[in-house]
Amino acid sequence: MYAQMIKTASNGIKPREEMSEEERAFQDKIDNDIKIEPRDWMPEDYRRTLIRQIGQHAHSEVVGQLPEGNWITRAPTLERKAILLAKVQDEAGHGLYLYSAAETLGVSRDELIELLHEGKMKYSSIFNYPTLNWADIGAVGWLVDGAAIVNQVALQRTSYGPYSRAMIRICKEESFHARQGYDAIRAMAFGTPEQKRQAQDALNRLWFPALMMFGPSDAESTHSEQSMAWKIKVKSNDELRQQFVDQTIPQIEYLKLDLPDPNIKWNEARGHYDFSEPDWPEFFNVIKGNGPCNVDRMKDRVAAWDDGEWVREGLLAHARKKAARKVAAE
Amino acid sequence: MTRDEALFEFLLRMGDNTLILGHRVSEWCGHSPVLEEDIALANTALDMIGQTQLWLGLAGEVEGKGRTADNLAFLRDAWDFRNVLMVELPNGDFGQTLMRQFLYDAWSFVMTDWLKGSADARIAAIAEKAHKEVTYHLERSGDTVIGLGDGTEESHSRMQAALDYLYPYCGEMFEKDKADELLAEAGIAPDPTELRAEYDDIVGRVLAEATLAIPGGGYVHKGGRNGRMHTEHLGHLLTSMQWLQRAYPGAAW
Repeated sequence: MYAQMIKTASNGIKPREEMSEEERAFQDKIDNDIKIEPRDWMPEDYRRTLIRQIGQHAHSEVVGQLPEGNWITRAPTLERKAILLAKVQDEAGHGLYLYSAAETLGVSRDELIELLHEGKMKYSSIFNYPTLNWADIGAVGWLVDGAAIVNQVALQRTSYGPYSRAMIRICKEESFHARQGYDAIRAMAFGTPEQKRQAQDALNRLWFPALMMFGPSDAESTHSEQSMAWKIKVKSNDELRQQFVDQTIPQIEYLKLDLPDPNIKWNEARGHYDFSEPDWPEFFNVIKGNGPCNVDRMKDRVAAWDDGEWVREGLLAHARKKAARKVAAE
Repeated sequence: MTRDEALFEFLLRMGDNTLILGHRVSEWCGHSPVLEEDIALANTALDMIGQTQLWLGLAGEVEGKGRTADNLAFLRDAWDFRNVLMVELPNGDFGQTLMRQFLYDAWSFVMTDWLKGSADARIAAIAEKAHKEVTYHLERSGDTVIGLGDGTEESHSRMQAALDYLYPYCGEMFEKDKADELLAEAGIAPDPTELRAEYDDIVGRVLAEATLAIPGGGYVHKGGRNGRMHTEHLGHLLTSMQWLQRAYPGAAW
């Protein structure tokens, strides 16, 4: 997950006869499922699209610490607190490998962070929703990480080697998070009436935002075609969303919670669940910066970065002094 | 005071220190100066919460009234907490957080090193595990104190201010009372005053390399370790930490 509406840095797919020799060789590799590696030649638009996608994904991992951090200090038991800390630590680690994957494309972590803080890059819309009760932490693991896994399992086959390898590693940890999240919400769903109410509230509020994580419907998704041809994207938004809905509904039923959408119904002919579309105007509003938490999330991140400047400068100055002393001693 | 009462007191002191400091460190989540620090702080907090489960778990067992580690963490009020005052102080800036971590880690390192040889095998086993983690925490917090102390003019002055603020709280870790005496006689826990020389040696070395000056004065703030008087900050910390357990009594999470 965590990358939505990535604008492909090109205008449509170039027909093979218009490709240069390099472009043809590049497309052949992709068509034969040979991974593209950092030193390989690649079209500039492929590089730029990947930087956007991997950068957005990395930013999502980092901003994603905030809604979960919101409950770390209020976790109800030592074990739940330890699990949540370990999860948030993993998310920050994912941010780290994704920034490193982006660096192989010639952009530094600091440049990407600056673009985020200037509002020129985005992170997943889901993190602009608040976590309001403890069951939200279960729901975030179960639904948000669950949706991320559906997307990221597909991305393990993405054409860019470092991104694909990062996805393989990240998916292992995300599966663990999703199971822990489900376990946390299960304890609530089968708990006291108040706990059950919290679990239902979390599901109702986070269901549609989780569906939005896959991005707009295929009909509206204008940038997908080139990304699919380059295998930056491997499955369409709607395919992934359907897969998520199909796997999640039996899990909701197991919890004996009410379905969050009255139109959810098994469709025998399609072999899939039918469901309502998310509120797309709301989605586009969140993307534009009008979600419930956009302003606060960015304010927090920018403050963390600005307040930390003296730390980064101090440590850098010390490293330089140490290196200079070492040279002087030699 | 029986030996088990002394032991219970000691285990609360160990577990409350890691619980409260782990909680403070976890407040940084997502707000640290650089991603590597977010990871390191979460990791440190996680280790301390893990140690808390062991110390308070054993405390409940020794007490013998059926209280679990969670009961002790989430259902006691401020006056029953036995952590030293330093760990409940607010985080302040990143420099103050890391300075506090270093001043605590150095003590925890010397303490768990001693406890590995405790006459109580349960304590020795917890200390064995904790000491490995604390060794790493000390290395990291010590390196960061050196890096920031001997960094820029600004980082130096912030670290000196952090040290000036926190140093008067260090002495409490070496206070001794009846419980300590009983356990020291039995070879279960050290005489806290005897840990001071090694502590001063570690702290002195790191602060010298960090170009920071240990403040004079010698006044010691205390009262947390024996529960006589905590700071105003602890109540607020407990208010958020214990909220769910207090609001929904008896629920399983």
